[in-house]
Amino acid sequence: MKKHTSSYLWKVSALGITLLALLTGCDRRYLVFNPSGPVAQKEFDLIVLSAVLCAAVVIPVLILLFYIVYRYRDKPGNKAPYTPEWNDSKILEIVWWGIPVIIICILGVYTAKTTYSLVKPPVTDVKPITIQVTSLDWKWLFQYPDQKIATVNYAEIPAGVPVQFQLTSDSMMNSFWVPELGGQEYTMPGMAMRLWLQADKPGTYFGSGANFTGRGFAHMKFKVVAKPQAEFNQWAKQIKKSAPALTQERYDLLTKKGLAEKQSFSSYPESLFHNTIDRNGGKYMKPEMKHGGHDMSMMDHDK
Amino acid sequence: MADKAKGFFVTGDPLIYGADVAIVITLLGILVFLTFFKKWGWLWREWLTTVDHKKIGIMYLVSSLLMLFRGGVDALLMRMQLAFPNSHFLDSQHYNEIFTTHGTIMILFMAMPFMFALFNIVVPLQLGARDVAYPFLNALSFWLFFFGAMLFNLSFVVGGSPDAGWLSYPPLSELAGSPGPGQNFYIWGIQISGIGSLATGINFLVTILKMRAPGMKLMKMPLFSWSVLASCITIIFAFPVLTVTLALLFVDRFFGAHIFTATGGGNPMMYVNLIWMWGHPEVYIVVLPAFGIYSEVVSTFSKKKIFGYKSMVFSMMIISVLSYFTWVHHFFTMGAGADVNTFFAITTMAIGIPTGVKVFNWLFTMFRGRISMTQPMLWTLAFIPCFVVGGATGVMLAVAPADYQYHNSYFLIAHFHQVLIGGVVFGYLAGLYYWWPKMFGFKLNDRLGKWAFWTWNIGFYVCFMPQYALGFMGMTRRVYTYGWDMGWAPYNLVSTGGAFLMGIGFVFQVWQILYSIKNGERDLTGDPWNGRTLEWSIPSPAPLYNFAHIPKVRSDDAWWDMKEHKHGAASEKENKEFEPIHMPKNSGIPFFMAACWFVAGFGLTFEWVWVGIAGLAGVAICLLARSFQRKTDYYIPVDEIKRTEASLGRVV
Repeated sequence: MKKHTSSYLWKVSALGITLLALLTGCDRRYLVFNPSGPVAQKEFDLIVLSAVLCAAVVIPVLILLFYIVYRYRDKPGNKAPYTPEWNDSKILEIVWWGIPVIIICILGVYTAKTTYSLVKPPVTDVKPITIQVTSLDWKWLFQYPDQKIATVNYAEIPAGVPVQFQLTSDSMMNSFWVPELGGQEYTMPGMAMRLWLQADKPGTYFGSGANFTGRGFAHMKFKVVAKPQAEFNQWAKQIKKSAPALTQERYDLLTKKGLAEKQSFSSYPESLFHNTIDRNGGKYMKPEMKHGGHDMSMMDHDK
Repeated sequence: MADKAKGFFVTGDPLIYGADVAIVITLLGILVFLTFFKKWGWLWREWLTTVDHKKIGIMYLVSSLLMLFRGGVDALLMRMQLAFPNSHFLDSQHYNEIFTTHGTIMILFMAMPFMFALFNIVVPLQLGARDVAYPFLNALSFWLFFFGAMLFNLSFVVGGSPDAGWLSYPPLSELAGSPGPGQNFYIWGIQISGIGSLATGINFLVTILKMRAPGMKLMKMPLFSWSVLASCITIIFAFPVLTVTLALLFVDRFFGAHIFTATGGGNPMMYVNLIWMWGHPEVYIVVLPAFGIYSEVVSTFSKKKIFGYKSMVFSMMIISVLSYFTWVHHFFTMGAGADVNTFFAITTMAIGIPTGVKVFNWLFTMFRGRISMTQPMLWTLAFIPCFVVGGATGVMLAVAPADYQYHNSYFLIAHFHQVLIGGVVFGYLAGLYYWWPKMFGFKLNDRLGKWAFWTWNIGFYVCFMPQYALGFMGMTRRVYTYGWDMGWAPYNLVSTGGAFLMGIGFVFQVWQILYSIKNGERDLTGDPWNGRTLEWSIPSPAPLYNFAHIPKVRSDDAWWDMKEHKHGAASEKENKEFEPIHMPKNSGIPFFMAACWFVAGFGLTFEWVWVGIAGLAGVAICLLARSFQRKTDYYIPVDEIKRTEASLGRVV
């Protein structure tokens, strides 16, 4: 009997170790476990914290469940105590109303702290760069107001620099998600959302649309390429020199339903981003909805 | 003409043609059967016009199991498409339609009617009542649900299915994003059945407040009835929101308004707010009764009083209130700002507290009890680990900044399937096995039940655990295809395997029911589980009037108390005189009125205005006809009661 139990225990722990190995994130496929910037790192830390706090309740409950079911099952000769009328214990109830309250308090504090920190640039000693993102059916347009260039279905960013993504949609509502750099934010017609992300080191990061937009939704993927600042500048200059211009006609083509290849443009129509917002209903919105947040001083790059 | 028909019927997909053929064959089969065995009169008198809550419950049950099959087939089709990368089994459009109908059907046309089935079958019996408060309205609620569900289901062979997701966010669900009748089917299917759901909520709230047996104070009421009360309160506040939301969406689509589009000054965020103000309470609406079922089952099969009764009641009431403070967590990523996100993150986490307390109370009900592993108990035991883990991932999702990474990913999909299957479906199945003998007078076969139980459970974990991993790998919901590059393929393949295991579990259950109709253990006592509540004090199946004598309740666990102290129905010495029993008369009006709603909904779906108006006129005529009916009730004479009681083996 004892031997049987120990071999069972061994099997369970082997399974547990395998699971742990699967979940440690040493595998690069687990994008969320592979944070490559301060925003993703903060979110990852919070994920770990919440998982540990939850496990602190879940694991004892599971052990208790198996123990109780094993000990008090209705088998002839079961000598465990049987108290059919016992149905109340103030102390026990206080314990299990109390423990979750404490856990939620701890988790709540960290949640609040991180929530507030994510609406600010992740680092303050580097001047941030702004990229304006428009989700279209079914492609992504990136505009660089500082460099006055634009790309479709890929974005390059300088590594180590906070990136302020301003997000809107010129079709359905989508969600802009780059898991390794940090979370996602909706793109909505007539409004500008804002998402701070930053890549710590050069690399290529997977991004996708996360909110369903119709037939081509599954193909709305893009790469975010982080490069050292110098190389990024080089790239922008290159685009400026060699790529075609994004004219209004070309943009109108982009807005048609359909997929698109990666593209680069050396310029785009003046105020394209803000015009897109206004045209989709932004003209009826309060200014803070239009410009994604409160400190508008940082926003008006292309005015 | 042929062109018109081509636009009307869905064409071009072999799967749909197969379904067309199956529908025609099934309908013909039913017609031939009813005619050949001369069952039309029986069907009309016994079922279509019935106002008996037990029969209405059974009709709800049959419909919801059929819908479980339809929703399940949808799920398997999706999983087949996702099993391999770059698969061409379904195209994008077809996949979009299938996930939309899968979600809508499972929540609104499977979970809700399954829940109403158990309300109807159990609540009056548990309260010691002879019927619900409004029997006619109860029948109407059922037929509204039924015709609403039929209207929605029609969409995949006629006109085209909705394809904007089960909550249909604008602008995608607006005319520009979803032209054609699909989205209208969604609006009217849900709208019509939603009226029925609201009426059921009112009906059972009143039943519980006004129709309890003498002596049954609220704090002596069985926990399942308490859970129904909590659920009904939530229904009453949530469903009107849904009705208004869908009506506004209809106004946008039909009259060209822009309430939910930003162009012209509307706001899609308003829709998202409104739909979740219904949508999140909705998941508590369906899970609360499951909590009630677990409480009954754990107590019965541990042969012990429920631990912490007051705590259980309190926690359910808190849940029904807190459920209204959680809706924003569905769009933390909508840029609502840190204040709003923090508030709703914490209120969402807080709902984990009363839920966690219930789990401890169930555990300590088993503690120092005697646990028998019956089928209802097995499902309850399987529920605890499943729901505890699902609840934990729910708390993780409530952490707003972390949610930026989970939102719309497979992590979320895994979470809500874990709480909805592990919590709701397991609970309703436990309830089904528990009350089956009360409904039909026999138990369901144990061996087949165990096969079903294990295939369902193993299938569940094989299906959904890989989806948590897929979420961390960046896979988002509603993608119909993916490449080899992301490493998602093995996980999806395993998940599909699990889904099919669950499908096999369902097949075992169908087999189990069919087998047990013939060979199931008959229950002659009316109390096969040594139960604790009043429904077990009467024969199975219960007679039309439920209780020959209205029981007098002295404590909680009323029937257990009667058995212990040999009083009430448990004591055969108490030979009271019978009195004639007041009962409602059957009526065909609920059936016709709901059918008229169906016609109206169908007309408005295709924007055939005159058909819509004709349907609505039919509804008005039915209302008028009902208002002129005078003889809506009758008395069952004493002789008949005596005969019925004697035939059920009761001392008369």
